[in-house]
Amino acid sequence: MLEARNVTKRFGGLVAVSNASLEVAAGSIVALIGPNGAGKTTLFAAMTGFHKPDSGSVTFDGADITGLQPHEIARRGLVRTFQIVQPFGALSVRENIAVGAHLREPNRAAALARAGEIAIRLGMGNMLDQPAATLTVAGRKRLEVARALATSPKLILLDEVMAGLNPTEIDEIVPIIRAVRDAGTTVLLIEHVMRAVMRLSERVYVLNQGRMIAEGTPQEVAARPEVVEAYLGHGAAQRIASVSA
Amino acid sequence: MSAWLQRALLGASLLAALAFPLVAESGFWIKFAFTTLLFAYLGQAWNILGGYGGQFSFGHALFFGTGAYAAAIAQTAFGLNPWLGLPLGALAGGAVGWAAGYLSFRYGLRGSYFALVTLAFAEVFRILANAVPFTGAGVGLFVPLQPGWAQLQPGPIGFYYIVLALVFASLWFAWRIENSRFGAQLMAVRENEAAAAALGVDAYALKVRAIALSGAMTGVGGVLYVQFYLYIDPSLAYGPGISVEILLVPIIGGLGTIFGPLIGSIVLHAASELARRIMGDAPGIHLVFYGVLLVVMVRFLPDGLAGLLRRKRKAEVPRNA
Amino acid sequence: MLEFQILLPSIVNGLTLGAVYALVALGLTLIYGVLHIINFAHGSLLMAALYAAFFAHAGLGLDPYLAMPLLAAAFFVVGYALQRWVIGKASHGKDQNVLLVTLGISIAIENLALYLFRADTRTIETPISYEMLDLGIALVPYPRAIGFAAALGIAALLWWTIERTDLGRAIRAVAKERQGAKLVGIDVDHVFALSFGIGTAVLGAAACLLLPSFYVSPSVGNVFVLVAFTVVVLGGMGSFTGALVGGLAIGVTESVGGLFLGQQLGQLGIFVIFIALLLFRPTGLFGSRLA
Ligand SMILES: Nc1ncnc2c1ncn2[C@@H]1O[C@H](COP(=O)(O)OP(=O)(O)O)[C@@H](O)[C@H]1O
Ligand SMILES: [Mg+2]
Repeated sequence: MLEARNVTKRFGGLVAVSNASLEVAAGSIVALIGPNGAGKTTLFAAMTGFHKPDSGSVTFDGADITGLQPHEIARRGLVRTFQIVQPFGALSVRENIAVGAHLREPNRAAALARAGEIAIRLGMGNMLDQPAATLTVAGRKRLEVARALATSPKLILLDEVMAGLNPTEIDEIVPIIRAVRDAGTTVLLIEHVMRAVMRLSERVYVLNQGRMIAEGTPQEVAARPEVVEAYLGHGAAQRIASVSA
Repeated sequence: MSAWLQRALLGASLLAALAFPLVAESGFWIKFAFTTLLFAYLGQAWNILGGYGGQFSFGHALFFGTGAYAAAIAQTAFGLNPWLGLPLGALAGGAVGWAAGYLSFRYGLRGSYFALVTLAFAEVFRILANAVPFTGAGVGLFVPLQPGWAQLQPGPIGFYYIVLALVFASLWFAWRIENSRFGAQLMAVRENEAAAAALGVDAYALKVRAIALSGAMTGVGGVLYVQFYLYIDPSLAYGPGISVEILLVPIIGGLGTIFGPLIGSIVLHAASELARRIMGDAPGIHLVFYGVLLVVMVRFLPDGLAGLLRRKRKAEVPRNA
Repeated sequence: MLEFQILLPSIVNGLTLGAVYALVALGLTLIYGVLHIINFAHGSLLMAALYAAFFAHAGLGLDPYLAMPLLAAAFFVVGYALQRWVIGKASHGKDQNVLLVTLGISIAIENLALYLFRADTRTIETPISYEMLDLGIALVPYPRAIGFAAALGIAALLWWTIERTDLGRAIRAVAKERQGAKLVGIDVDHVFALSFGIGTAVLGAAACLLLPSFYVSPSVGNVFVLVAFTVVVLGGMGSFTGALVGGLAIGVTESVGGLFLGQQLGQLGIFVIFIALLLFRPTGLFGSRLA
């Protein structure tokens, strides 16, 4: 459904993403992992039109979307969230989510109603009339997901939506993401929380210093010594093994 | 404020507005009310772009003057009926707005730079209007006196009702914007353009639409101004004075609120009339007052008077941050 | 070549005008470079300085050139106070608020002048007002020649202050990285106000150089403010040499443009350059601020 082929993105002299390729099959949950600064967010941005790739191509739903504007890509059903949350601060939670809903729903009342439903689905039902600026970090992360979901995307790109959440909150959001997929939206997620990656994803891509260094099922990838060595750090292999056991 | 009280207040002010000419004993107050309402209307036009869209224009005179000149020239040179001048002014103001928006937003101008470029556009038009013959150059343009509704010169009271109708239309329009997809997306762009784009909002197209709409509305205001005063010249039309007065109104009243421009215009013109009576009618003094007011508002009440009310109301509701 | 004979003096004339533009723009670019704000009141502060110089001459009999240090000091204080207690406090962290506040200040000053002094245009005469310096290719009025030389001298002094003094080092540190500067114990608000003060002091000096060959009226600031903006945009926001070269270039453009198109349309040329620059080269010239 989504395919990035040999994508390269430079910032001045820095090659943030180098010749990276990945593929996401319709109906799957795929994870993109890698240490901080590996280029994961940049790859997301390059696939969604926020950065123009210096070379390489991105195909979505059978069409070449390389170099399209972000809003054009979103309209085709490929929607991202932001790792650094970007709420519409002065608007309420309901109004925030309704902006997403308006992508497919011109009617104001219907969009607001849909926003309410989605907020409830994500456990934000009691915050609907709160200005987004007053949300906690966890709340803002959820708002990112809620807004993106409200656009009824075919594929949603989640950028570290669990970072900064406590274990209970993570346990809450894992089934939500699974439900999203079960409702028909393909998921590609960037995540550091390995416990969630192992539980959720069917395939894992590993990015390190801009290069894709491994790809496979979570178990396969976790077993690759170069992956562990390259970036997960000491003790990570055991942690993963204990989780997947 | 409970809902019924709000409605009662609205109803009462509507009645008061309709009855005003019957009780106003002098032409002075009618004229005062005309100016106040005209700027409430113009301020609302600015508010669409600046308040809801977050794009601060320092050059709304560009649209005001273009509307005014378009209608005045069409009338004096081609004998167009001034009633038709109204849609013509809207068209001219909208077209210039579209062009200014196309140029500045296409090249990604924002914030202070957008403000500067709109000001520069207005200045270019002022210099051109001073230089070309069909605007009457520096001498200005006189519109013939033809009293009567047929030629859009219905006298002060007639003008009062026309501009009152425009204010109502603009309030309704702002309400529509607050409750429409267009408005929701426009506010999203104001708050965070990247996030809006990620949700499929075409920020550029939206901003161009907003400035074209705002320009069209402002152009109509210019036409009415010319018909009322029967005269226009380059500094009246395109000078910074108009641009500043237009933007002051919503900033005083409250950006991005339905009633902000109306409240702002009433407060601004009442206070400036008061200042005039105290300090006399010397040239420039009311603009000194405007300048100081702008500084004081931004310093102490950046959300305007409507923001003050809202802040009070919010403070009453406990919330979990 | 008759045209050449007119053209050369016109260029020289433009250079002398441009040096003063450059000086005014230097103040603006310093403020922009350090505070990252666009000071809309720059032109009206220059106008105020011109009136100060005028009345120092008319009332106290002070020669503008002698009044220069006095005026520079006075306007330093004005600028410092404005930034510290008005503009800085009103910004609430938003660029647009700064622009609105400085717009408000400029309207207030300009119209206060209109109220106090009426719209009259005033000039002064100094002993050298009608003396000409013969450069061979062109005759230059002495006040303009002095203005040219002094403007370059002040620019050099300013450069030296920024590059070679402790104050300059603090200013550069704040300009580059205000959080970091705060961490190492620099009083950022104070440095902001100092920079604004210096940018305004330059106007005090520029007014003294300008007055003997120019005029003062309440709207004279408008002539300069957009020119100064254009110069700053042309030369690159915050760039010193840029402001100098840009100022001279605009001065020559206006002078030569006025020769062929008439004065009013010559001014139009500046606006057109300004708009074109804003539209087509904003990122290049404004750095990353627009990205
Ligand atoms: N807009 C940008 N300009 C310059 N460098 C950037 C920009 N965005 C990211 N980078 C750099 O690119 C590299 C990859 O960053 P990022 O994609 O955010 O990594 P990740 O999401 O994997 O943590 C980092 O070195 C980062 O500093
Ligand atoms: Mg990242």
